[in-house]
Amino acid sequence: MTVVLAVTVGVLFAVGSWLLMQRSLTRIVIGLAVLGHAANLLLLTAGGRAGRVPVAGGDAATTSDPLPQALALTAIVITFGVSGFLLAMAHRSWLLRHDDTVEDDVEDRRLAAAVRRHGADRASPHEREHRGDELGNVEGDPGDLGVGREAP
Amino acid sequence: MTGWLPPDVVLPLLVALPLGAAALSMLVAGRLGLQRTLSLVTLGAMQVLSLLVLAGAWDGSVLSVRIGDVDATIGIVLAADPLGAIMLAVSCLLLWTVMVYAIGSSRTKDQAPSFHPLYLVLAGGVAASFLSADLFNLFVAFEVMLVASYVLITLGGSRAQVRHGMTYVVIGLLASTLFITSVGLVYAATGQVNLAAVALAMEEVPDGIRTPLGLLLLVMFGVKAAIFPLFQWLPDSYPAAPSPVTALFAGLLTKVGVYAIIRTQTLLFPTGGRASVVLLTLAALTMTVGVLGAIAQNDVKRILSFHIVSQIGYMIFGLGLFTLAGVAGAVLYVVHHIVVKTTLFLVGGLVEEGAGTAALDRLGGGVHTAPLLSVLFLLPALSLAGIPPFSGFVAKLSLAQSGIAAGQWAVTAVALGVGLLTLFSMTKIWNGVFWGDPDDAEVRLDGPVGSRSMTAATTVLVVASLAFVVVAGPLYAFSERAADVLLGRDSYIEAVGG
Repeated sequence: MTVVLAVTVGVLFAVGSWLLMQRSLTRIVIGLAVLGHAANLLLLTAGGRAGRVPVAGGDAATTSDPLPQALALTAIVITFGVSGFLLAMAHRSWLLRHDDTVEDDVEDRRLAAAVRRHGADRASPHEREHRGDELGNVEGDPGDLGVGREAP
Repeated sequence: MTGWLPPDVVLPLLVALPLGAAALSMLVAGRLGLQRTLSLVTLGAMQVLSLLVLAGAWDGSVLSVRIGDVDATIGIVLAADPLGAIMLAVSCLLLWTVMVYAIGSSRTKDQAPSFHPLYLVLAGGVAASFLSADLFNLFVAFEVMLVASYVLITLGGSRAQVRHGMTYVVIGLLASTLFITSVGLVYAATGQVNLAAVALAMEEVPDGIRTPLGLLLLVMFGVKAAIFPLFQWLPDSYPAAPSPVTALFAGLLTKVGVYAIIRTQTLLFPTGGRASVVLLTLAALTMTVGVLGAIAQNDVKRILSFHIVSQIGYMIFGLGLFTLAGVAGAVLYVVHHIVVKTTLFLVGGLVEEGAGTAALDRLGGGVHTAPLLSVLFLLPALSLAGIPPFSGFVAKLSLAQSGIAAGQWAVTAVALGVGLLTLFSMTKIWNGVFWGDPDDAEVRLDGPVGSRSMTAATTVLVVASLAFVVVAGPLYAFSERAADVLLGRDSYIEAVGG
């Protein structure tokens, strides 16, 4: 039984991590939920073998360890609350942008543009002209996005 | 501690008071004046209580209380050792000054009905983190603090805030999941969650399990503390929040992570050894990468955000030495850093409020148009760079001395070199915002900048950081007592009761 649980925990961690690295917000939210399940299951497994229902007065040798169950319960409540908040944020992001993916960081985009500019300087004149256009678009973006240096 | 306020009243009050006040504050949500008074009174009371705790722990003793007198292994135990007490006292100073600043700031005004309750929840979470003597309660305290911070960082709901807040929330949640995982694994290995009991049981655990557990905890708290290479979320998310919120996060949240690293590494994995090499390498990389990132930036808040990362390296450096002087230096450094860093962010916020931007290439001449602000920036900036006689110098000196005493020449050299680069990037802010002719600048920083309460709050913190210099001797002696308790372990284990 413990082996089955251990394998399940492993699979859940793997699936959760993979989903977390996607660009889509929905997948990230689901990935975090899966990771939360993995962690809670691990917490439960940490209590050792399953036994009788832990009620006060029972024989300690045959009952399950109640402490990890209590901890898992607390952790589930916390994960639930935070998942709700995350969903609300994903919804807000959708309302603002009508797009489910994570937006590029403006600073990252500036850096990418600088790297391209550096590359263009060493390329042929014709190519440089072409890349210059591209660059202009990128530089223009931050203002349009409203994510410039000062947040509104 | 005085007779009429024993630790079993004061310690629970420090957690219960802000959480209760948060509930009350939510009830009076429409009435701004009432909310402000409530917040200020609560945070003021916390400051008094935390000073009482500090007075009780000043001689190196550990105060503790079992809530409801339940058995320590399953009940809730709160404990304040010298490290926890000083962190708590400094955090409370920060909490009320930043609240005064936030009240004066126009940027938090619209969100005030939810800002005040959230702020108080955050205060309760921070206090609980410093007092928890139990791995799982530490997790809950972290969550209380982080959930409040998730909402605070996205409070305006603007596009930039959602974008950068998302990074912050997702990374925070990932770290929390790792935390739960490590609690589960520690429980599986030792059958305990109480820190004292875990510390005793950990000695029986074979090395092959013990080392991964130590590293897992280090990685997990390392995400919260923003050490290399787990720091990228910090400069990305902090600048997006309103200035008072950024200042508070900058001063407090990562330092709670550092506190947790110091606590768990010294208490649960006291041998140093291999962990020490890992910590020192990470420290050197954190310092260097952080400061290089800072040099490349153009925005005041982003520069300062990278500096947080760089400074975290110094704290880990002190811890990584695992000597009395090293840990004492780290304690001193954390205390100095909390105050100075927050002050700089508050000044950055004043600049932003006054000029509408914090971009270095658009500002200039602040020393002519806003002389008071320039002084308020200059003092903590020099302190951060470690120029004598400011508090940063005292902290860095003690770290460097202990590094040399321990024979760690390479890391010490890196620490001193990074100090120079810190000075360089502070000079960059000074040149960009304050130096030069105001008429040449694109945006004039016209005085008086910000409201009176914002300036007053900043001034209080600058004075506090100067006061550290005056009391440097006793403070260092206290840091040594704190390090002694941390490395000695016995008094903490006895007080917490395994």
